[in-house]
Amino acid sequence: MNIFKKTILTVILSFLLIGSAYAGKIKIGTEGAYPPWNSKDASGKLIGFEVELAWTLCRYIGEQCEIVEQDWDGMIPALIMRKFDAIMAGMSITAERQKAISFSQGYADEVASLAVIKGSPLEGMETSEGINLTKKTGAVKKDLKTLTSALAGKTVCVQTATIHQNFLESGDVGKVNVRTYKTQDEVNLDLAAGRCDAALAAAVAFSDYAEKSGKPVVLVGPTFSGGAFGNGVGVGIRKDDTELLNTFNKAINQARNNGDISRIAIKWFGFDASM
Amino acid sequence: MELLAFGKTGWGDELFYATLMTIAVSITAMLIGFLFSLIFTPLKLSNNKILNFIANSYTTVIRGVPELLVIYLFFFGGSGAIMYVASIFGYFEYIEINAFITGSVAIGIISGAYSTEVFRGAINSIDKGQFEACKVLGFKKYIYFFKVIMPQMLRLAIPNLSNVWQITLKDTSLISVTGLVEIMRQSYIAAGSTRDPLFFYSFAAVLYLMLTFLSMKLINKLEYKYSRGF
Amino acid sequence: MDTGLMVASLPKLLSAAVITLKLLSLSLIFGLFIGLLFAILRLNKNPLLNNFAYGYSYVFRGTPLLVQIFIIYFGLGQIEYLRSTILWVVLKEPYWCAIIAFALNTGAYTSEILRSAFQTIKPGIIEAGKSLGISNRIIFYKVQIPIAIKQSLPAYGNEIILMMKGTSLASTVTLMDLTGVAKYIISTTFKPIEVFIVAGGIYLFMTFVIHNLIKYLEKKFSYQ
Repeated sequence: MNIFKKTILTVILSFLLIGSAYAGKIKIGTEGAYPPWNSKDASGKLIGFEVELAWTLCRYIGEQCEIVEQDWDGMIPALIMRKFDAIMAGMSITAERQKAISFSQGYADEVASLAVIKGSPLEGMETSEGINLTKKTGAVKKDLKTLTSALAGKTVCVQTATIHQNFLESGDVGKVNVRTYKTQDEVNLDLAAGRCDAALAAAVAFSDYAEKSGKPVVLVGPTFSGGAFGNGVGVGIRKDDTELLNTFNKAINQARNNGDISRIAIKWFGFDASM
Repeated sequence: MELLAFGKTGWGDELFYATLMTIAVSITAMLIGFLFSLIFTPLKLSNNKILNFIANSYTTVIRGVPELLVIYLFFFGGSGAIMYVASIFGYFEYIEINAFITGSVAIGIISGAYSTEVFRGAINSIDKGQFEACKVLGFKKYIYFFKVIMPQMLRLAIPNLSNVWQITLKDTSLISVTGLVEIMRQSYIAAGSTRDPLFFYSFAAVLYLMLTFLSMKLINKLEYKYSRGF
Repeated sequence: MDTGLMVASLPKLLSAAVITLKLLSLSLIFGLFIGLLFAILRLNKNPLLNNFAYGYSYVFRGTPLLVQIFIIYFGLGQIEYLRSTILWVVLKEPYWCAIIAFALNTGAYTSEILRSAFQTIKPGIIEAGKSLGISNRIIFYKVQIPIAIKQSLPAYGNEIILMMKGTSLASTVTLMDLTGVAKYIISTTFKPIEVFIVAGGIYLFMTFVIHNLIKYLEKKFSYQ
């Protein structure tokens, strides 16, 4: 039996040699597939609003940072598994996510919108410009009713594990045939292929796609915020990492006061999306 | 065709490295699988009911559950388990295990279950007379295993091991969850970036076919070498 | 270990398992026909048909199932021309794209199983039939096929189990099969291990049932 113990020990030690432990370095996880929040350029380097904001925050924090790529559907488990220490991936602060992790204060906000291909029967919906679902006023309820009848039985495509999926499944717009995809790219592909009657995601994600692909994607209906869509986008941190949480909150305050967030937001979104 | 060019604009070089990565992961996984069968094959053949049960559970579960689930389970639970084991030995820092190891071990676990079955079958079909002859001649267990049994077992095992290799090679397409950049993931990235999935996934299929073809040639040579003298 | 979650997710996972079984059965039925067709083509003397069948089986066995699904779903969906033809009615749905991919894949493996089963039939049996004056056609249907089916049962049973595991890839093209629902539950509860244990358990149970079913059929068909 001694040889078994030795083998197990050797195996683990070799993992240690191949792996490494970083102390004092902050690792930030991002998806790299959700422009303009985060994406990759032609050479594969991570770029985007959050990538630039992350470097800025790290400057204020004064620590060395590393940005790690992670698939969206494994984002929170990867954080808990200590693959990285913070999430900056366009992740909105929702009550559900807060059951598993903590969030810093919000640093930017996005509004969601439905998108269709030009010529779709869903174009020209009679709704208000934008609705906030936290306060279900009469106008909000009226718009939700319009949407329910317009989307009844239709197929709407979303990225999996997003606030957009949550909204469609919340019943606020009745029974919709929801299709979930691993990445926003796949949603866009199937929208363009005509497999989806509509798609739901951040409004900027669709305008970015329309611009880069030249496909006739148009936004329809009101822009959504609040309610199932959460309260802005924040940095995701493990629940027991209270020190890191405070560090990030302080840095966000500094960045906001110095106008960094607004500046970077205008550069990537074309408007000030900061909170 | 310019999409495949090497250098900045084309995806040729990324796909080339991805292919190398696929080969590397497959080989590593296959070897890790052999390590697993080294442990589990004797357990399967032993007379001890408990050891038997452990080994049978391993092969039955891993071969009966979809690879995607095994990979996911290992990826999300594996590092936690390893860190737990390491903490027993007194190491409390968190361990970062890179994607290559994670992916290879995940596939290695699957490959090992199939290899275990292959080796078990091969050893069982060796004429019992061989074992008896060795015992009669007074050879020590380790000696007769390596010098007499193993060469015969390998000859019988190689055709089936080539099947396991094919399975392992194709299973590497499923480890994109670990973030490792092998053929499938690179094609996925390229398809997304150029919005041309048909071209890149078809090309990925071509790459896999190439690997299959080359593997078959090499394995045929191996079979020939080990069949000499029979 | 959150056993409460494991129990709570069971009903959702079980109804998803029904979808997995539907995918499996449709794929196997179509795959069986495709496999039989290509097995016959492979045994044909005509080199054109022979090599075509060989090429088909080589391509579909030599590439991962994931690549095949992606080409059929995302690749074909990209072709503008296809969207205007009647094929689009079928190709538009991920359900049918998955079944087509699965059927073609299992068809390739099945054709190999059936081909080797046909080839190992003792020539004496066929000669006996011919000497009795029975036409080739009847020999094929009444003698060769039943023997081939009996010969291939063990290998085909294996193929059924492999295909059942393959259906888990339907989750990569938006279908909510057992694996898809498992992934969804995990994305909302963040407890991957518990959910995967339950989902894995259901797959194991189905494997167990199929395995025993095949064993029973083997016994039933053996008249030796």
